Amino acid sequence: MNNLALIATVLIVMALAYQLGLTRSKAVAGSGERLHSRPGYYGVLVALWCGLPALLLFILWSVFEPGIIDLLVFQQLPPEVAAFSEREQQLVMRRIAALAAGQNVADPQDFERLAASQQARLEMLGHLSMLATMSIVAVVGLVVARRHVTPRLRARNHVEKAITALLATCSGVAILTTVGIILSMIGEAMNFFRFVSPVEFFFGTTWNPRFSSSGAGGQGEYGLLPLLWGTLMVSIIALLVAIPLGLMTAIYMAEYAPAWLRSVAKPVIEVLAGIPTIVYGFFALIVIGPFLSGFGELVGLNIRTTSALTAGLVMGIMIIPFVSSLSDDIITQVPKALRDGALGLGATKSETIRQVVLPAALPGIVGAFLLAASRAIGETMIVVLAAGNNPVLHANPFEAVSTITVTIVNQLTGDMDFASPQSLVAFALGLTLFVITLGLNVIALVVVRRYRQQYE
Amino acid sequence: MTTATVAVPKAAPKRETHSSQVKMSTRGVKVFYGDSQALYGIDLDIIENEVIAFIGPSGCGKSTFLRCLNRMNDTITGCRVEGDVTLDGNDIYAPSLDVVLLRAQVGIVFQKPNPFPKSIYENIAYGPRLHGLAKRRAELDEVVESSLQRAGLWGEVKDRLDQPGTSLSGGQQQRLCIARTIAVSPEVILMDEPCSALDPIATAKIEQLIDELSASYTIAMVTHNMQQAARVAHKTAFFHMGDMVEVGDTDKIFTNPRDQRTHDYITGRFG
Ligand SMILES: Nc1ncnc2c1ncn2[C@@H]1O[C@H](COP(=O)(O)OP(=O)(O)OP(=O)(O)O)[C@@H](O)[C@H]1O
Ligand SMILES: [Mg+2]
Repeated sequence: MNNLALIATVLIVMALAYQLGLTRSKAVAGSGERLHSRPGYYGVLVALWCGLPALLLFILWSVFEPGIIDLLVFQQLPPEVAAFSEREQQLVMRRIAALAAGQNVADPQDFERLAASQQARLEMLGHLSMLATMSIVAVVGLVVARRHVTPRLRARNHVEKAITALLATCSGVAILTTVGIILSMIGEAMNFFRFVSPVEFFFGTTWNPRFSSSGAGGQGEYGLLPLLWGTLMVSIIALLVAIPLGLMTAIYMAEYAPAWLRSVAKPVIEVLAGIPTIVYGFFALIVIGPFLSGFGELVGLNIRTTSALTAGLVMGIMIIPFVSSLSDDIITQVPKALRDGALGLGATKSETIRQVVLPAALPGIVGAFLLAASRAIGETMIVVLAAGNNPVLHANPFEAVSTITVTIVNQLTGDMDFASPQSLVAFALGLTLFVITLGLNVIALVVVRRYRQQYE
Repeated sequence: MTTATVAVPKAAPKRETHSSQVKMSTRGVKVFYGDSQALYGIDLDIIENEVIAFIGPSGCGKSTFLRCLNRMNDTITGCRVEGDVTLDGNDIYAPSLDVVLLRAQVGIVFQKPNPFPKSIYENIAYGPRLHGLAKRRAELDEVVESSLQRAGLWGEVKDRLDQPGTSLSGGQQQRLCIARTIAVSPEVILMDEPCSALDPIATAKIEQLIDELSASYTIAMVTHNMQQAARVAHKTAFFHMGDMVEVGDTDKIFTNPRDQRTHDYITGRFG
């Protein structure tokens, strides 16, 4: 029985258990005493008792079984295998697993065939015993729960607890994943710092990670500053585009636009956020870059096709909706009473907006800017295509630059060897990026929350 | 019809100083919110330097009428006003009229205090700055001080003018809003239930303030508190379901109303 069918079976059994619980509760209610909860709750409770332990068992079993079987199989291997290098041992185990699964393997050895049949047998055994255990657990759960159905059982409250637990588990999974990702990033970054000292990394002004394949010993130079500066330059240009445009859009939408226009224009603007960034990227590369460079020639400026300016402009367009829709919400939240106060004193509409509404909404709007900034800093595809990949420290926006995200892509494409600083540096860069955007997000959230409190 | 038996607190002091000149007047004012009509033709004269109170059951259109008097209804989408409203004989709905100037002449204080999220000083200085009423900082300081003094708030805030207006108590905030309105030297002050969010002591302060202000301003106020109307208003107008049922001297409305609906309302039979 494969896993999908197994889960389906458990669900069917749970449905049956529900029915049993339901009829049982109705039966006990027949004896005159009033049920604490509606019968459905007894059904759900019995179903949970029947299905949940079995499912839990299934999950634990699936997690631990492969490891145990591997261990058993490995112990049976002839002694010379133990002398192999770790890599070769892994290879052998993989061949055995393939054999056991019935796949073809190039000239299998005798001991491998033997081990494979043993593994197949163990897996069969494991699967059968899991089925048996699950059935027993389910039946026991069902019987015990069904016996517990009495009018006084607070089934509704128990179900409530089960639901709470379910929800908590789901959030737990999300949180644990985040923590896991962060921890593994930190671990790998630590590995990187065994090759390159943090001082060199964070304060170095040259980025030149020679790939080991290109011969010429040494491990290259890993100065973060050119990348950080490139990232900042592109992001600042993007914000210079997005903040004025986005804010004015928000003001127009929130204060001036008639309802019908608002209902049409807002979704259209928000579509900007839904366009895949790779599309923006080649738009920048094919349309904006040549246009800017042509324009530069006209006015006597030397603008490269792929430059900080090109990437920044297009990224600015991309983040307009982040600025505009959040600011719009925040401006709309400013109470009408405040506007009326200014209007009632004889302020015009634009005076009211500039002098009362915007100052009142400022913290929230700043929050929107920060979120947009963190978006810009983490953006990858546009800069990969349009920024020119030139990790050199300079202050000319018309020149090509490179950013942290672009460099991560570069370091991880092609031949990867996670024992070399060339690849490991990606984790250090990723961690840096993460810390920056996290910082911005946290500040933004705090600012926005403070604003919310002011008007609640 | 029998005489109403409402217990009337001592009637507002009769002021013999009225010029009896009509300050604002409305003829046939109708208001629509989208398709639904809220006012069905209101004719009313507001006399200079008098306090007039608008009373009536909830939803009868008192606030709506009040907002017609300085065109605050313009800020509500879908709201349409018909009829004539004049200030000193000039049509305030005339196309040539500058709404912004009108609102400086006819100020409004709202039910809920709504100080700007600025300092106390800036709250008061906002209007005068807007209309260029003070040329120099010293003049502005003076306007701020005198407005706060007239609103009876100066003593309480003179040492904390740079603190946010929102840090004041509700009653103080409401007096701040009144001071803010006075600061642009309006001729008429509209007040929409100015005391409904306040405790009796703060209410008493505001009532006293209204009484003092009526020496120099014309005041129209909405109130749900009939004792309050009796205490501070010279005239009272009773509204019912979008109509103005009757208007007259306050003590007359409360002791000897002409209309049965007024009688029922002030004796607490409905509303
Ligand atoms: N902004 C608005 N949009 C639509 N209808 C409105 C609006 N404001 C008021 N109305 C309607 O107009 C009528 C009069 O409302 P108004 O606020 O003037 O009553 P009110 O006498 O001030 O009541 P209250 O004493 O409760 O403040 C009500 O039926 C109300 O539903
Ligand atoms: Mg009202």
